[in-house]
Amino acid sequence: MLQLINTIISRPSGAIGLTLTALHLAIALLAPLIAPYDPTVQNADAVLLPPSLEHWMGTDTLGRDIFSRVLHGGRLAISVTFAGAVIATVWGSFAGIIFGTVGGRIDEYFMRLVDAFLSVPWLLFLLLIISIGGAGPSTIIPTLGFFYGAAVLRVIRGAAMQVAARDFVTAAKARGEKLWPILTREMFPNLSDVILVEGAMRWSWMLLAFSSLSFLGFGATPPTPDWGLMVAQERGLLSTAPWAVFWPCLALSSLIIGINLLADAIGKALGIDRATAMAM
Amino acid sequence: MPTLILRRFGFAAFTIAFVSMIMFAAVEALPGNVCTSFLQRLAQGPRLERCIEQQGLDRPAIERYADWASGALKGDFGYSLKKRKPINEVIGERLANTALLGGLATFLAIPLAVFLGIVAGVRRDRPLDLSLSGIAMLAMTIPEFVTATALIYVFAIVLQWFPAVTVMRSGMGFFDMLPNVVLPVLVLSAVLIAHIMRMMRASVIDVMASDYVQMARLKGVPERQIIRRHVVPNAMIPALNVIALTVAWLLAGVVVVEKVFNYPGLGTLMIQAIYDRDLPLVLSVALIFSAIYVAVNLLADLAALMIDPRLRRGGH
Repeated sequence: MLQLINTIISRPSGAIGLTLTALHLAIALLAPLIAPYDPTVQNADAVLLPPSLEHWMGTDTLGRDIFSRVLHGGRLAISVTFAGAVIATVWGSFAGIIFGTVGGRIDEYFMRLVDAFLSVPWLLFLLLIISIGGAGPSTIIPTLGFFYGAAVLRVIRGAAMQVAARDFVTAAKARGEKLWPILTREMFPNLSDVILVEGAMRWSWMLLAFSSLSFLGFGATPPTPDWGLMVAQERGLLSTAPWAVFWPCLALSSLIIGINLLADAIGKALGIDRATAMAM
Repeated sequence: MPTLILRRFGFAAFTIAFVSMIMFAAVEALPGNVCTSFLQRLAQGPRLERCIEQQGLDRPAIERYADWASGALKGDFGYSLKKRKPINEVIGERLANTALLGGLATFLAIPLAVFLGIVAGVRRDRPLDLSLSGIAMLAMTIPEFVTATALIYVFAIVLQWFPAVTVMRSGMGFFDMLPNVVLPVLVLSAVLIAHIMRMMRASVIDVMASDYVQMARLKGVPERQIIRRHVVPNAMIPALNVIALTVAWLLAGVVVVEKVFNYPGLGTLMIQAIYDRDLPLVLSVALIFSAIYVAVNLLADLAALMIDPRLRRGGH
């Protein structure tokens, strides 16, 4: 573990990624303690104030302190997408390992279904489900998890097929091992690195998806402080109060970039070539 | 060869049929039905009866699916609840507007991305490649609405070169439309360029390490000619698949970008339909988007078959 972190921070991009991610996670955890104001309390006497010593990032149209809202703004997005990423990684890699190990006809037909499923552009699928099941985390988490899991499945199944072709798996099969021990003792330990990187990468894409949903009005609900929603609400006054939009944009982008760089660095440190895995 | 092409067409047809079934089934699975979800508390009495009759909800689901699917094949998508008009009338102009946006973005992005990908791949790990790859990473990870907002701030508010939101009248000429589409097209193509460039770069690096490039070098073929004759054509093939995949992203991106610029396309139509809980309209737009995606994938597959003779042999 320590060695892995050392390899990650030996590259500048990895060091930046780890710093950004850790910083954001710390802020999200500590936001209630460090925020100077309540992020939802409105103040009619302090509407759209420019940045000052009292309000470091200014105030928004309802007089709320933007600095406090930016500090809180990642909490919902991070927890929703983390839950979604865990669901996606668990079911996607579980099914991917099975299909990659078993192979043959079943695998081939099932992959056709997965391909057909993946050909619904993700946002449309989410929007369709939201228009049926309503917005909010209880709809979004399982949908994101299920949908991104299909993409994880595709990648892990590809990686599993390569492992399944190796000698020690053939030997285990020849010994007469059952499917389950082969999956847990031969396949999984050789795929855990790929799964880790895949999960981290999906997490960053999911953050992008969730904040886009929030921006469109289907993710976080007012008055929850959420970066995507903040941009959507304040961008009408972009010309008079650009700070109200700038800070949430910066916070959101830096978190996604951070996780992305970190996932990439973990992949490189573990010797996983993501370019080829992505293409499959 | 003909059977191979037929098989690709078959898979495309299967995909679109499967996708339409999933989407239809998802709507069927909702508690209540299309009419109660649209009318909410008003769903009672003659109003509900009229709606049920208009949408044909008194018939079994399988029959309705068959009707909807065969209608969609002929361009008849049924009836919008909110707009009180046949859906194909609502969609017509919107589809053209979205096609303009997507088409311009694609035509701008593909040649540029392929060129930049070759440059970056050939100059691997040199400063030029590092900065290009860095910019591509940023373009891929920063959400489209953030990029769009930044562009609006710079080009519409500070410089005032282009309008911040789309100003559009029906019957506008192509050149009157242009100022409206510049910024949306820029946002869309930035991400497209990033994705395609990354793939092209990886693909070029692979080919540069191949035996036949090594051979050509040893024969003394000039580097410029190696790149033009050996590297580029071979690197194009894997990149072609990614180009098709990025169209899936483009279709999602177009929804966000249209919303930012308030552009009257299919994306804003779909979002409005969700706000209005107009499920027949949501379903139809989703189907059209999926059909476009499947069609583009099919085209990319066929193009790959044309470029690469190796693919024509063997099963798949």
